[in-house]
Amino acid sequence: MDTKETVLSILNDLTGNDVSGAMDDNLFDSGLLDSMGSVQLLLQLQSELGINVPVSEFERSEWDTPNKIISKAESLA
Amino acid sequence: MLSFEPYGNPTYFALLGVALLPLMIGLLYGKRSRLYETLISVFFLLLTFGGPKWTQGVALIIYILYEVALTWGYAVYRRQKNSGPVFYLMVILAIIPLTIVKVTPAVDHGQASLIGFLGVSYLTFRAVQTMMETRDGTLKNYSLMTFLQFMLFFPTISSGPIDRYRRFEKDYRSVPSREKYLGMIQKGVRYIFVGFLYKFILAYYFGTMLMPKLEIMAMHSRGGFLNLSWPVLGYMYAYSADLFFDFAGYSLFAVGTSYIMGIETPMNFNQPWKSPNIKDFWNRWHITLSFWFRDFIYMRLVFWFMKHKVFKKPTTTANVTYIINMLIMGFWHGVTWYYITYGLFHGVALVVNDAWLRYKKKHRESIPHNGFTQAFAIFLTANMVCFSFLIFSGFLDKIWFTK
Repeated sequence: MDTKETVLSILNDLTGNDVSGAMDDNLFDSGLLDSMGSVQLLLQLQSELGINVPVSEFERSEWDTPNKIISKAESLA
Repeated sequence: MLSFEPYGNPTYFALLGVALLPLMIGLLYGKRSRLYETLISVFFLLLTFGGPKWTQGVALIIYILYEVALTWGYAVYRRQKNSGPVFYLMVILAIIPLTIVKVTPAVDHGQASLIGFLGVSYLTFRAVQTMMETRDGTLKNYSLMTFLQFMLFFPTISSGPIDRYRRFEKDYRSVPSREKYLGMIQKGVRYIFVGFLYKFILAYYFGTMLMPKLEIMAMHSRGGFLNLSWPVLGYMYAYSADLFFDFAGYSLFAVGTSYIMGIETPMNFNQPWKSPNIKDFWNRWHITLSFWFRDFIYMRLVFWFMKHKVFKKPTTTANVTYIINMLIMGFWHGVTWYYITYGLFHGVALVVNDAWLRYKKKHRESIPHNGFTQAFAIFLTANMVCFSFLIFSGFLDKIWFTK
């Protein structure tokens, strides 16, 4: 699986929704992600893609849509 | 010597206007004079912490030297090594002064600590945050001078908003374009005028006119169930309104002044009374504090708990951390039963709220969602919040435990 697919499957697991149809929707505004979900996301990125993101690197506005998360993950992978 | 509460009276604003004028002209011509900024900072800090309050001024100076030594020392250390225990030790050392200030009144018959000064909490938040980002490696170029400017930035020193080192540095190291700066002046001036309305008219009405009357009525109406009466309910709403308008008003002054100085200090309030649930409320009320707690306590604890697999279920992790997070916030307000109960109340409210949101997600089809349910949610949230502020006010302590 490439980074994009992995991130999408992590997001689908975390949110319980298929987010691939709404790649630019704000996950925090829709209530699909919260602080708890963000931390889970960071831990999953670490275990599945080996990407290390410290909590203070997590600036919400840079991680709030599936597309942004994917490009973040791709840039750090 | 003159002495002022920050933003306390017209003279303060007049001095502020005069002092900011040269700075504004400089910014309009693309120049930021560090020397001038430092001079007016020192001047306004002297107004707040000098004269009759000189002991606070001394406490501030010692405190600042102490925190500078810690953060600078840690930044130098972190370039070479990264040990967990050293980091924890430094954070503990950084919060010791605040802890002493908060615990002293509880153990010393309400005496204020000698090392306390107006704003010690807000400075501690900034120092601890700087340290945590240094540990994470997100803050690599710690500069002693920038840290001092960040800590002593006079518009926000007494009660926030709590800015972030890297955000502040970005603004502080640059000069906005003339077009952008004109927009910032416009916003800043508007914020300050809305602040006048909030603090000097609305907060004055609720806090100075209404609350004392309701207090006398409530004290006279004691004797019923738990000494409660209608005036207590009135007090609850008046206190909540006063708390909001007073603090939101102050925050608008602080943000407005920052904007005029070319620094986009983050806003503290975003229409909190229209929150449909408690979680949303904390995204809108005293935002820089609740985000500080979110980023530097909640998320870090959750991260640690999950990494070490302390709890089996993520929901348990979230719930336990909500309670810890809000209890710490309660203790931070002060070591009294009502502040701690207030923290616990909000912790439990967040747990219940999350459970409800999960339930709602599962049963999306069967739960109606319309204008009426939305209005009811807002009404319920606002009243829950007002009730928590009644606890917070310490008024229950008064009607239950004073003679």
